[in-house]
Amino acid sequence: MESTHKSNMATPVLTETIDLAAKFPGRVTPDARPGYSGWMVAKEALVEVSTAIRDELGYDLLSNVTGVDYPEQSKLEVVYHVYKTTGGPALTFKTQTERVDPAEVPSLVSVWPGAELQEREAWDMFGIKFTGHPDLRRILMWEGFEGFPMRKDYKEPFHEEDNKPLKSRWPEGKHSYAEARNPYGDNIMFKPGFDPEKWTPTDPEEALYAALKKYKTEEKDGIKTDHIIVNMGPQHPSTHGVFRAVVVLDGETIVSLKPVMGYLHRNHEKIGERNTFLQNVPYTDRLDYFNSMYNAWPYALAVEKLMGLKVPERAEYIRVIMGELSRIQNHLILFGMLWNDLGAYFTPALYAFEERELILDIYEAVAGSRMMCNYQRFGGVVRDIDEANMKKIKDLVFERLPRKIEEFDRLLSENEIFVARMKGIGYLSPEDAVAYSVTGPTLRAAGIPYDIRRADPYGIYDRFEFDIPVRHNSDLLDRYLVRVDEIRQCLRILQQAVKQIPEGPFLAGKPQYQVRVPAGEVYGRVEAPKGELGFYVISTGKGNPYRYHIRTPSFINITSVEKMCVGTKIADFVTILGMVDIVLGELDR
Amino acid sequence: MYGQGLIKGLSVTFSRFFESYTEDIRWLFKRYSKVEFHSSKDTRGTFTIQYPEERLIIPEEFRYVPFLVYDEGENGEKNIRCTSCGICAKACPPQCIWIVRTSDPVTGRPLPQPAEFYIDADICMNCGFCAEYCPFDAIKMDHDFEIASYTRNLLNKERLMKPASYYAGIRPKNNAREEAARAEKAAAKAAKP
Repeated sequence: MESTHKSNMATPVLTETIDLAAKFPGRVTPDARPGYSGWMVAKEALVEVSTAIRDELGYDLLSNVTGVDYPEQSKLEVVYHVYKTTGGPALTFKTQTERVDPAEVPSLVSVWPGAELQEREAWDMFGIKFTGHPDLRRILMWEGFEGFPMRKDYKEPFHEEDNKPLKSRWPEGKHSYAEARNPYGDNIMFKPGFDPEKWTPTDPEEALYAALKKYKTEEKDGIKTDHIIVNMGPQHPSTHGVFRAVVVLDGETIVSLKPVMGYLHRNHEKIGERNTFLQNVPYTDRLDYFNSMYNAWPYALAVEKLMGLKVPERAEYIRVIMGELSRIQNHLILFGMLWNDLGAYFTPALYAFEERELILDIYEAVAGSRMMCNYQRFGGVVRDIDEANMKKIKDLVFERLPRKIEEFDRLLSENEIFVARMKGIGYLSPEDAVAYSVTGPTLRAAGIPYDIRRADPYGIYDRFEFDIPVRHNSDLLDRYLVRVDEIRQCLRILQQAVKQIPEGPFLAGKPQYQVRVPAGEVYGRVEAPKGELGFYVISTGKGNPYRYHIRTPSFINITSVEKMCVGTKIADFVTILGMVDIVLGELDR
Repeated sequence: MYGQGLIKGLSVTFSRFFESYTEDIRWLFKRYSKVEFHSSKDTRGTFTIQYPEERLIIPEEFRYVPFLVYDEGENGEKNIRCTSCGICAKACPPQCIWIVRTSDPVTGRPLPQPAEFYIDADICMNCGFCAEYCPFDAIKMDHDFEIASYTRNLLNKERLMKPASYYAGIRPKNNAREEAARAEKAAAKAAKP
């Protein structure tokens, strides 16, 4: 079964150099700021240039869209990272607009529909208005929130100082509780002149419902039928957290759907820009809390690239070992929870959790914590894997896990009820998958062998022999089967890694709590278990990152959920959402 | 045959069900020693353990809210290792460490001892940076995770101080390594004229 569903995708060798400035004279210039790379596109020509980038140059996957605030130059910048699904490095282009309200930039949703949620996020956080965006509302903050939190001049409640470490802690650190220090007196910021006593509420969801298809009343077989709106979530067991979907139903069939999020939002990026570079590492654990081992990896990659650090051999192997174990346990949780969603309550989930427990035991013994590992450092990892734990890992990857994966496969994969619920449901065409910036197993189940471990290798993944599992039906069953195959490939990588791992140092240089990061921008990305996880970091040479943005797979994969759901039954939405594999810590950040 | 996959799947559930009884019989009289077996590759049967009667083995590297190490003097005095250098307060990601430095009352110059030391355990994220970057091995991560209380956990110096012997007890390997490093340093210092 396995052999027919793999792809030996090769890492492409890129020889061409792209000169956008020569192609679009006057409209595109190279980004010449020291430490920066890519192209600066005039915002009037943005749609034209990006259409050419997509159609003529073949950069079909829009990976990352984010804003950057430069109050000194009085500019707001939008940064785009695009990739080819055949592999290779990124093409970065940017556009700038005056820092006045409204700051307008043309929307790229017409070119890459995957920009939809990301542009909404940039509007929400920076107040960059994307003209031509079909549904430009706030996304993580609520409608009616005052201010744009990621702008440099925004001060949040409990704000003490712009950057950590805070000066009040030492040498005269008299402890006080945060609420006593709140400069605004309470936890809320209002518009100037706003009086909460005299305020009459309007429906804050009006815009949301307007964005859905309108209510429709129609005659069908002599019966007058209405479309109805159902709010699934934020408190709904099948959404795996506080995710909310507003669906318009015709009977039981989904007519349109809008994801609503932000219930777990804590502005990770703002916290990240206050933190020093190292202090961000434990915070990344709280993004996708199932894969905290993998989360800090792209961040470490990005900062190491800026610092020019070389990671020791052993540390590279340790990262791969821990990362692949993380991928296995992520997929196991997904299977278990999927069965919960389907109604097989908790038996398969707990079978999956057993194996996950054993992996977490290793994490606890090596990193010190089961879920919040805080294991990566710039230039390596914090602690070596000792003999005893290495033996445990070997036992798992050579003996127990292969056996248990087969058992799991036997338990689930051929079950007729399961197959009936999964087959042909949630179809997403490969073209749509790429256009909506879907990454990870969902993209590979649509027949596109795009895996960053091969497409643009990081760490030492180019040394291992493994296949990229691919399926072609792009339904739920294929998304499940791709993940089963992926676990087998993880085990293959792990078996090679534990055999090859050399002795030696596990951290480059001495442990430092304040690292010097040269000025510049960098985008580090990895194939996290859920899809592409990327960190966009700008350093100005100071102790704190100037910009710290995370491209999370859960957030961007959710863009395509409406496409998958329209036309299916409401009960299938639960399974479709489960297979997108979202985790709210990462979705809302 | 339709239903074959279902039966195949149920056979797994059934063998697991059966195993949970055979395993119970196997461990009938040494139930509490099962914990060690629990995290091995051969573990089978009922996976859960009966907390708090049974407890998982806490690995040495496990980290929870930090404590301050003091060396016990000959007359029972507590010699705190902390010099109030402030590195832990600077490295702490959620900034939950507050230190008041001691000053000499006569000259006003700082003394290498903290006058007060607070850790707001409600804010602490147990990342372990303070212990990792402390140059004096003075602050270490604890194993005691049962700190539920009716009030907020603002830990002061008295609550945070624990003897070096306690530290050696929970982290023997780390302690031995650090002792050796300290002894080496002292020897190097003594060798210098």
